[in-house]
Amino acid sequence: MPGTDTVSDRAQEIVDEFSLFSDWMGRYEYLIELGDDIPLLPDEHKTDDNYVHGCQSDVWIHAEYDDENSVLHFQGDSNAKITKGLAALVIRVLNEQPPEAVANASFDFLDDIGLQDNLSSQRNNGLQAMIEQMQERAKTFRN
Amino acid sequence: MPATTSPQTDAPAFDAEAFRADFPALQQDIYEDTPLVYLDNAATSQKPTAVIDRLDHFYRHENSNVHRGVHRLSQEATDEYESARQSLTEFINAQREEEVIFTRGTTEGLNLIASTFGEMTVSEDDEILLTEMEHHSNIVPWQMLAERVGAEIRVLPVNDRGELEMNRLDEFLTDDTALVAVTHVSNTLGTINPIEALIDAAHAVDVPVVVDGAQSAPHLPVDVQALDADFFVFSGHKMFGPTGIGILYGKHEHLEAMPPYHGGGDMIDEVSFDGTTYDAPPHKFEAGTPNIADVIGLGTAAEYMMDLDWTAVQAHEDDVLSYATEKVGAIDGLRLIGTAAAKTSVLSFVFDDIHPYDAGTFLDRLGIAVRTGHHCTQPLVKRYGLPGTIRASFAAYNTRQDVDRLVEGIQNVKSMLG
Ligand SMILES: Cc1ncc(COP(=O)(O)O)c(C=O)c1O
Repeated sequence: MPGTDTVSDRAQEIVDEFSLFSDWMGRYEYLIELGDDIPLLPDEHKTDDNYVHGCQSDVWIHAEYDDENSVLHFQGDSNAKITKGLAALVIRVLNEQPPEAVANASFDFLDDIGLQDNLSSQRNNGLQAMIEQMQERAKTFRN
Repeated sequence: MPATTSPQTDAPAFDAEAFRADFPALQQDIYEDTPLVYLDNAATSQKPTAVIDRLDHFYRHENSNVHRGVHRLSQEATDEYESARQSLTEFINAQREEEVIFTRGTTEGLNLIASTFGEMTVSEDDEILLTEMEHHSNIVPWQMLAERVGAEIRVLPVNDRGELEMNRLDEFLTDDTALVAVTHVSNTLGTINPIEALIDAAHAVDVPVVVDGAQSAPHLPVDVQALDADFFVFSGHKMFGPTGIGILYGKHEHLEAMPPYHGGGDMIDEVSFDGTTYDAPPHKFEAGTPNIADVIGLGTAAEYMMDLDWTAVQAHEDDVLSYATEKVGAIDGLRLIGTAAAKTSVLSFVFDDIHPYDAGTFLDRLGIAVRTGHHCTQPLVKRYGLPGTIRASFAAYNTRQDVDRLVEGIQNVKSMLG
């Protein structure tokens, strides 16, 4: 069902889910759960090319282009759970979206999920680096 | 060895609570209803009211350039600036004020020495001896120098406890050694190095020694004459002083022989387009308008520290460290990194199965400020095969209660992430 929902639909879905938690601990636990749920990235994709620079932890994001449906598939992994949870969030909104949508996606929703105190330290968790890498990848597939 | 002072001994009392009250930044909630526990002192310390007020006073009443004005304000600022140099001279027991040069901090001090003294004394095929526990600030400038002149870097290893392998010094201190640069205290492990023994060994073969005192100046009495160090550098911001200011101490004979680092105003004797003659140390090394306010603020910090009863402060710091070592060390699933016999104020640890970044993030949310990662000592952290550590580093205003909060935080992290 690629392309049936937009980046902003999915972002809204995530914001709604996070709003169910009244305290930060619950929100973090949920973030970590989301990270645990994303498919494991096979070791063959943990390459230098897929490595995201700028994180305190190790992060890999793998992108593949699906010619048939003209969408991108993303997979990601990290050895830190919070970073992996963040990867899961970003992948969730960008996965199976057309390159154009990935390249132009807005991530304002990250400010609205109640983890902003820590998410604002994007230099540490490499969130910004992850997003930039995915968007750069998308641009290479755009015609 | 952290003195195993128990509270009921008659060690001179240091009132850490009263001391803590001097530091406004420590009196805040960092998240809603979550008071700050600041355990990142090895990165930078908080500032006492005396230092904050001194900076405020300078800008309100004394702001003026130094060493050039004939007017009253400039003369006052110059006096205050030079009186800060006097305080720092006393702080490290230098022989003369001319040996104290103001820099931006440890990093700039080390770069200055590498670019001037290093250029003079290190040549092709020479060796520069460092240790495996150096901060990047005490690695990179020497690598740059080695590359420029064609010298080689040698590295004295550390053992599993985080102590220098002094018994192997003979292998590393060779006929080719031109210079030794070593940290006094490790910022990642807390190890206090046998710096006197190193200096003696180097001097026995006529090799000068540069000491990185970034982590010792805040915790140990520093006496550069007793140490006989050729150079000793440190930063103000780690010893209750302002950021962007630090000290380079150098023996006067070296400073006289060294070329200037930066060229510009305030460092000259006479300038003509045919050539320039330089002022004497220290001004030879302080080109341009210096960081006047922060020099004066650092002078205040040094005075502030000299007013403390250091026997009592050290007993307190040792007590907090050994309490933390005992309490944190007893937690299951966690390992202390750096268990040297001689340590000060740093507790590094890793969990068996929790990434330091995750742990640091949760501790932060619980109000506990620690540092995670490689602490700018990548070779050292690699030596232990780690992605980084979690580092709690203490200052005199930290207490056993802070350690209790840390332990409670670690337990929370374990139950959330373990
Ligand atoms: C041992 C050591 N050396 C050098 C430095 C660099 O100090 P600064 O950043 O103040 O120049 C530090 C501080 O991070 C340190 O701990």
